[in-house]
Amino acid sequence: MHVGLTVVTDIQDKIPLREWDGKVSEIKKKIQSVIPGGAWNPLYDTSHLPPEHSDVVIVGGGVLGLSVAYWLKRLEKQRGAIKVLVVERDHTYSQASTVLSVGGIRQQFSLPENIQLSLFSVEFLRNINEYLAVVDDPPLDLQFNPSGYLFLASEKGAATMENNVKVQRWAPGVAPRCCPAARTQRFGEPGRQLRRQAVLSGSSVWLENEGWFDPWSLLQGLRRKVQSMGVLFCQGEVTRASVVPCFVSSSDRMETPSGEEVILKKIHEVHVKVDHSQEYQPVECAIVVNTAGAWSGQIAELAGIGKGPPGTLQGTKLPVEPRKRYVYLWHCPQGPGLEAPLLADPSGAYFRRDGLGNNYLGGCSPTAEEEPDPGNLEVDHDFFQDKVWPLLAQRVPAFETLKVKSAWAGYYDYNTFDQNGVVGPHPLVVNMYFATGFSGHGLQQAPAVGRAVAEMVLEGHFQTIDLSPFLFSRFYLGEKAQEHCII
Amino acid sequence: MDSLILFIKDKAVGSLTSMVAELITEEVSQLSNGKSHCKGACREQRSRSSPRMLGLSSQICFSQSGRQSLRLAAPVWNWGTGSIRGLSRAVDPEGIQRKGRTLFQFLADRFYDVAAVREYLLRKQVLKVHQKNRSFTYIKERYGPYVAGAHFILKQGGAVKFQDKEWMRSSGRGLSFLEFWEFRAVPIEAVDASGCAINYQGLDHLLALKELQSLSLRCCPHVDDWCLSRLHQLADSLQELSLAGCPRISERGLACLHHLWNLRRLDISHLPAVSNPGLTQILVEEMLPNCEVLGAGWAQGLKLGLEEQSQDTASSPIPA
Repeated sequence: MHVGLTVVTDIQDKIPLREWDGKVSEIKKKIQSVIPGGAWNPLYDTSHLPPEHSDVVIVGGGVLGLSVAYWLKRLEKQRGAIKVLVVERDHTYSQASTVLSVGGIRQQFSLPENIQLSLFSVEFLRNINEYLAVVDDPPLDLQFNPSGYLFLASEKGAATMENNVKVQRWAPGVAPRCCPAARTQRFGEPGRQLRRQAVLSGSSVWLENEGWFDPWSLLQGLRRKVQSMGVLFCQGEVTRASVVPCFVSSSDRMETPSGEEVILKKIHEVHVKVDHSQEYQPVECAIVVNTAGAWSGQIAELAGIGKGPPGTLQGTKLPVEPRKRYVYLWHCPQGPGLEAPLLADPSGAYFRRDGLGNNYLGGCSPTAEEEPDPGNLEVDHDFFQDKVWPLLAQRVPAFETLKVKSAWAGYYDYNTFDQNGVVGPHPLVVNMYFATGFSGHGLQQAPAVGRAVAEMVLEGHFQTIDLSPFLFSRFYLGEKAQEHCII
Repeated sequence: MDSLILFIKDKAVGSLTSMVAELITEEVSQLSNGKSHCKGACREQRSRSSPRMLGLSSQICFSQSGRQSLRLAAPVWNWGTGSIRGLSRAVDPEGIQRKGRTLFQFLADRFYDVAAVREYLLRKQVLKVHQKNRSFTYIKERYGPYVAGAHFILKQGGAVKFQDKEWMRSSGRGLSFLEFWEFRAVPIEAVDASGCAINYQGLDHLLALKELQSLSLRCCPHVDDWCLSRLHQLADSLQELSLAGCPRISERGLACLHHLWNLRRLDISHLPAVSNPGLTQILVEEMLPNCEVLGAGWAQGLKLGLEEQSQDTASSPIPA
């Protein structure tokens, strides 16, 4: 090996420093073409870096990213056909929306596509030990509480709720019940405790397939299964995405019907930077999947999405930004009992039971004026005192005496356009796929969305659930897929 | 002979399977009983071979050093069968242990094949449960939901009681053809599905029985919280429910039993997945005020505390 080193120093004297990197990579490529085998570097140890080539790079290792990786590996035509790399910046998931989520799953949406996504996801969670079974590992326990969601409606919202229930009845599965106020007391303790003289005009609840579960165990189960299927994990941050025109010849220029010229581009490689270091690895990839959650907007900007005159397709940014939401845990000795569902008030406050010790979790979505600064994850306790507590106490009298035990904050990957997810490829940067922007209901739709993106990547179109209303192009065309049932 | 075998081992690291190469090493070390110079050659050979070979071959050679069994036939590579002729197949206990170790290595070298076989076996077990819980759509359309439900339960090994008739149990054979015709409009009032492999899909058969009054799901291994959330469809008729001994039911599933407003007897004893049986029993009793709940006993946690207290006072007598 010392022979090799002297050769290197000789060369270093003759070639100026700025051309040194290029020369080294040329020499490396020549050596690699002579000696077959995996990537190796004769100069230093690169085992902590991601590989140099990967078919699919998934940016973001939360539940959506792992779900896309799982379905890609599951739907590939031949075992081991696709090389998948998942790049996650923080392996402790300290700021990831997945693990800070309240963990609810519901089918009470207004868009049929959202209902279908949730129905498939519930079926996935129910049979999780068949989907995510790994030989010799213990079965997964998601700690699912099938207690359901109870949406309450004020007089103004009653008509919207009736419409939503009509849409939900159309979807296959158990029909929801939309009850007038008098029958709400059938739902046990929370019903008896609800003040019926308040502006309660009706409620809607599904009797099956709704509830809440532990998102951390879902994440660990997906991670374990995906690793056993051969997906590579890398701890690092994507700092650059080199974009090149799609084809070498002049056929990369396409014309729109109105005669404007658009250039189709594709991402040729991404630079993955290692934590606490200046070291980075350029990873050549064929497809990049953006599942970075609250930070998807930054990743899209790296690929040049949104750099152009506003009002054009080139200038349409990805409208996903982080929004901070608080969750509070309190103890109330006289609170609703074992049968309490996740109650969603028309004012925006919600709560659910947590465990057997009369503890409850809940929060409230702030209005546009009260939006907290998403720069950090500090909790504002005054928000609970001023905003959340009065609403809860008004709805459930027992909550007039309660004691807050702890609180945390998490990010919503909020879609400022219509609060629904973005799924599918970008029209101009043809190999970037999105699976983000779900504004608080990403966890419950993750299995189904992962399957949809994998179908899009492998087949080119949606096969099982048609998510065309959620494509990127709707931001340019202005077609909102508005969801009315957002908590 | 030794040199021939060493030559084969040298050249054939890539082409022969390592198992065969191991057997060669093993046989070489056996040949060199009492011939220390050959053993030395073997050790030198070991040091020159590839790292993986080194690890495995040193394992075998080291184990052979203590055992000196006399061999009469020299091993020869048999090109016809692709194995070593003259391998010791005689019964000696060290031989069996050697074969066990080489079988292990044989399997370890085919890791992905073995993994695929094990995944297939796991999948087959799951499919077996699905097959038991398939829906009998033809029977249901032709003879009605009561006959389909009874056939399902009896095939799984449970017992069924039709209205005004006795309990029927038929060791896995289901209903006979005559019984299909006889019972096609007779509602079922009680089902004993203890120990049956009934799961979420199979529960469809039971939920179609709208006059069911008593349901026993004792010790069913696949009944879990998701299944309990479906039982609300029997809320109008169900009066007696037993879930004792089901390993997958936890207090989260018990929470959705509040829809069963007609329930008079509920048995939730011996549920291993429930985290706090005494507290759960109190909460379930509060949830279902008209129902008699049989369970662990709410004083279970308290009793332990009293015993500890009496032990403390006995051990540390209060000074006078």
